[in-house]
Amino acid sequence: MPQLPVVVEGAPPLSPALDSPHRIRRETLRQIVRSPTFIVGAIVTLFWIVCAVGGTHVAPYDPINGSFAPSYAHPAWAHPFGMDRVGRDVFSRVLVGSRSVLEVAPAATLLGVGLGSFIGLVMGFFGGWVDNVIGRIVDAVLAVPFIVLAILVLTALSAGAEGISVSSLKLILVIGIAFTPIVARTVRSAVLAERDLDYVQAARLRGEHAPYIMLAEILPNVMGPIIVEATVRLGYAVFAVATLAFVGYGPQPPSPDWGLQIADQYADVTLAWWAVVFPAIAIASLVVAINLIADTVQQVLDQ
Amino acid sequence: MRYVAQRIALGLISLLLLSMMVYAAAQVLPGNPGRIVLGREAPPSAVAQYNHKLGFDRPLPVRYATWLGHAVRGDFGANYTDGRPVTDDLVPALKRSLFLALFAFVLCIPISILAGVIAALRRGKPADRAITITGLSLAVIPEFVLGAILVTILGPAALNVFPGIAGTLVDASFWTKLDSLFLPALALALVLFGYIARMARAGTMEALDADFTRTAMLKGLRRRDVLARHVLRNGLLPTIAVISTQVGYLFGGIVAIEKLFGYPGIGFLTLTSAQIKNFPMLLACVLVLGIVYFVATLTGDLLIAALNPRVRLARQD
Amino acid sequence: MSALASAEQATAALALRDLEIAYRVRGRDRAVVRGIGIEIGKRQSYGLVGESGCGKSTVALAIVGYLPRNGRVTGGSIEVGGRNVLALRGEALRRYRRDDVSMVYQNPGSAMNPSLRIGRQLAEVFRLRGASRTEARERSAAALREVHIADPDSVLRRYPHQLSGGMQQRVVIAMALATNPGLLILDEPTTGLDATVEAEVLELIGELQQRHSTSVLFISHNLGVIRKMCERVGVLYAGELVEEGPTEAILNDPRHPYTIGLLRCIPRGGLRKDRGRLDTIPGFLPPIGADLPGCVYVHRCALAEQICHDEKPPDYDVGREHSSRCHFHARAQELPRATADAPVVTAIERGGEPLLQLDDLTKTFRQEGHDIKALGGVSAVLWPGETLGLVGESGSGKTTLARTLLGIVESTAGSVKVDGRLLPARLRDRTASDVAALQIVFQNPDSALNRRHTVRRMLKRTLAKLADVNGKAADERAQDLVDAVRLPERALSARPMGLSGGQKQRVAIARAFAGEPRLVVCDEPTSALDVSVQAAILNLLVDLQGTNRTSYVFISHDLGVVRYLSDRIAVLYLGRLMELGPAESVFDPPHHPYTEALLSAVPTIEGEQRTRIALQGEIPSAANPPSGCVFHTRCPRFLGEICVTQEPPLQEVEPEHAMRCHIPVDELRRLQAAEPA
Repeated sequence: MPQLPVVVEGAPPLSPALDSPHRIRRETLRQIVRSPTFIVGAIVTLFWIVCAVGGTHVAPYDPINGSFAPSYAHPAWAHPFGMDRVGRDVFSRVLVGSRSVLEVAPAATLLGVGLGSFIGLVMGFFGGWVDNVIGRIVDAVLAVPFIVLAILVLTALSAGAEGISVSSLKLILVIGIAFTPIVARTVRSAVLAERDLDYVQAARLRGEHAPYIMLAEILPNVMGPIIVEATVRLGYAVFAVATLAFVGYGPQPPSPDWGLQIADQYADVTLAWWAVVFPAIAIASLVVAINLIADTVQQVLDQ
Repeated sequence: MRYVAQRIALGLISLLLLSMMVYAAAQVLPGNPGRIVLGREAPPSAVAQYNHKLGFDRPLPVRYATWLGHAVRGDFGANYTDGRPVTDDLVPALKRSLFLALFAFVLCIPISILAGVIAALRRGKPADRAITITGLSLAVIPEFVLGAILVTILGPAALNVFPGIAGTLVDASFWTKLDSLFLPALALALVLFGYIARMARAGTMEALDADFTRTAMLKGLRRRDVLARHVLRNGLLPTIAVISTQVGYLFGGIVAIEKLFGYPGIGFLTLTSAQIKNFPMLLACVLVLGIVYFVATLTGDLLIAALNPRVRLARQD
Repeated sequence: MSALASAEQATAALALRDLEIAYRVRGRDRAVVRGIGIEIGKRQSYGLVGESGCGKSTVALAIVGYLPRNGRVTGGSIEVGGRNVLALRGEALRRYRRDDVSMVYQNPGSAMNPSLRIGRQLAEVFRLRGASRTEARERSAAALREVHIADPDSVLRRYPHQLSGGMQQRVVIAMALATNPGLLILDEPTTGLDATVEAEVLELIGELQQRHSTSVLFISHNLGVIRKMCERVGVLYAGELVEEGPTEAILNDPRHPYTIGLLRCIPRGGLRKDRGRLDTIPGFLPPIGADLPGCVYVHRCALAEQICHDEKPPDYDVGREHSSRCHFHARAQELPRATADAPVVTAIERGGEPLLQLDDLTKTFRQEGHDIKALGGVSAVLWPGETLGLVGESGSGKTTLARTLLGIVESTAGSVKVDGRLLPARLRDRTASDVAALQIVFQNPDSALNRRHTVRRMLKRTLAKLADVNGKAADERAQDLVDAVRLPERALSARPMGLSGGQKQRVAIARAFAGEPRLVVCDEPTSALDVSVQAAILNLLVDLQGTNRTSYVFISHDLGVVRYLSDRIAVLYLGRLMELGPAESVFDPPHHPYTEALLSAVPTIEGEQRTRIALQGEIPSAANPPSGCVFHTRCPRFLGEICVTQEPPLQEVEPEHAMRCHIPVDELRRLQAAEPA
């Protein structure tokens, strides 16, 4: 046991910069919450979440069924976003349309980030042939545009049936798995940066095994980039769901899904721009809002 | 030279892996091609005969090898639907999409880089914040959403500057083509703007903070010489890398944009072939997109190697 | 003195008066430089000395008008060659930078544009002055010849990354002096360069200064280098010049407690741990922007009294052109020691089983088709409580030796025995007690500690894995460890972010000692720390060795520190052991020609008037080592054919003292007692 040597000099005081880990975390959160970009993003996102949860209770009119008249009514006080071809109130449809997106996007993100982080950790930590082999597969998958890949897999999965059958679960799985390579790549580079630091060597010199080093030593240090990546991916998940719905790989009519609305009503855009523009703005607002949040988080964690 | 060969080899391996995965998805998952083509009503014997005729009852590796053998010679098989060679529709569609993509790049790249560099030069100031947030927001909005909004504002419904549909225009003049493709290209360009501007900004900022910029300034060089010769020369290198990978995103967006504007490019073809379950065509489209991506990234890497001496040359003593 | 001459003298090359600089941090101006005055005459060289955070680099940047975005001069004046620099803008500022001042700083590799050839970057300087392309090329080649680059045309065609560090710095110096500026500023220009390369660059600077009649402002934390290069010295602390005077006076007759404290921290004159103990400076540097109405050094000064808190000391005259900002400058040299001079003597038993035995340890790496022999057959023996110092420049293999010993890197041949027991080459194959027996303290405390773990967690985990101690017992042991490295109890709950560099290194040491190791490898443990902190860490290491009889393998490029701490020294060159013996034997003649050259290259505070032995060329590449004796290509005492064809064996030339050289030891003794080669 190390003997206590005779104290010959006074102990140096801890530097005034000493901060407890709790203080630092609170300080970080405060910085995030105060930022104007975050506030705007959070408000808009919360609004859509409320709409999605509230569903039909929030909408002033019935978003699913409509009368055939008045078809394509202009926006007016009673119907601020006008009516669509089948006589449904666009405003209500836009509000409720958030549900189909928000059902899928967060779950897909969680799946993608979880799986991707794990693979990225393994790739970055072990290096060597593991990294090379998985890397080739990752590169291969990334060579194809995300949407096209999703279309391919969803088509293949509904090959037996008539037409295209797409359930929320399938969407979550496909989008989640399609995200995995992208997340894996980001996490991998973060891990590579950590792996060469001396504390990893110090852990090896304690006899620590690979799982411990990956999870207890390296993972806490790459949580920052993972969180940033997760928030960014969430925005893309919304993007993906909307686009897939637009090209026909999403909820079927009469769902008030935004992408579907645009696909449906686009042919008559010259007649009734409101049936297309408002769902479009809804998509844009949600996606941008999430990204503003992501951007703020990234800026703060980068410091 | 060695570097080039290495990159090509790696890329080919990835392409091969891709072809395997996509083949599995397109040929294995669907299960029974005969059933798909002939429909639910067809008698099992007809289905079996169809499957045998086209060799679908052979083991998977054999099928794959045969398909691959044809594919590298440019033969991607025939449509399930009408039996015509896949390449008949694929090649013209690809050409049309490449034209649109090129147009989008030309619209996008100069402005994005300029915006990114300006944002870096005016770091922290309002101009920087504006460009950054605009870029950030535009980058995540789906292309078809932007397209729809653009059509509404600039199209027949309102200002009527550009048409809302980009038809086939086989024999149309160059300018007519540009006119009808302007909105789709713009939608794509705006989305790309975000990424490219951000990378240009980051690269320029890093170069501005670098020691060699300090050395150049302290030599007494004029600011614009420092910018041109030292800052941008080094700072824009990563942007080139980003541009070549953006090709992937571009062609992703092209699917939705081509549907929106009714433009029969490869994106549109992918979609329609998927909807009618024409798997040979779908498979070919996906693979071709992979090849396009591979060529783009290879070009990007080669360009960087040409411009970055550290990649090209090793230390000499 | 004639009127003309005195007029010429009157215009100082650099005159700083009451200069104040502040940085804007989080909305407030925080003072970094608090009113300094410096005057450098024509052809004079002035050294600015201080530890990190004192503001020396900030002063340099202000002189060239290149302060960072959030920095500004808040008071005083800067005059270069009589001209007010602070008033310069635009075109005038450019011309000033082009013609009147040049700056050379650390990291020459990053100082040059990686995408342009050397020729183009060098020519830029001349083209700026209106030279044509051909003329610029010729003058570039001439400039390279002036900095002793033998083949200028070939170098002009290359890119920066293709040159070695020493060559890069020479090119940068050529660029700086190309325009014959009146003032040359050097900010740590040789930090990071190998000792022999550093010596060449410093001599080059001296030579060029003479030839171009340039005044030099030399900024460094290394007092030995300052002594070699500068006539006058200014000591900077917390943004104030606390003492200023001729170099001789400052180093041998200091009159400010900080200067005195600093000098006592450094092992001088061949000091060894068993003959004297390093003094330390307690406390911390005040943070930037702190409010200091009195003397800036008051919180750390043992002589401080009330007046020091209340009144800022003026510049007291203490000698010829020697001033000190201390109210008690007269009795400054009576400054009591912060650390008692009670040397720790560890008895070393050199009989029986050695603690560590290395037999022919070899490591060959394979890189891009070449075999690189990083370590070539190193054999050594170490006893409990003994310190083996490893000395060598880059490529010497000292880091590889440490890592191979620990098992982090798997040796290609040879063996490592601890207490007579053969250790498997791979860390994975070693038992827990083997692993606990050999530990390491890394160079960089920031990278050695996990940023997300608390100190308590780090220590308890180490205790659990290496000493099999858990729960409450582990808590107590962790507390003991923290006490042993002299950190307060609060440190246990802290994360690395809340600790200073010295404190982090103490944690690293505590962690290394947690498993009661038999041997601790210290890989440049103090190189990243300030001198005053370094002394405390070295004392700590000596103490721990005394109480635990731990052995050390101590790696450092600082020969003074190695000499202080080591009982025996191994000199490595290109992976081969060139000399191995007791510290005194190795540092005094007769010793290996490489050792001789190395010792003569390192500038010391005493500044012996040894003629430096210039080593020709660069350190050869490990992928292509010279035949026979690997040192023969640069050896100043090259014998002849035999050195090229036959590698000399490592043979014992005196008791316990082995050398790898064909020259017989008596011959060496004779040669080295007389004039160096």
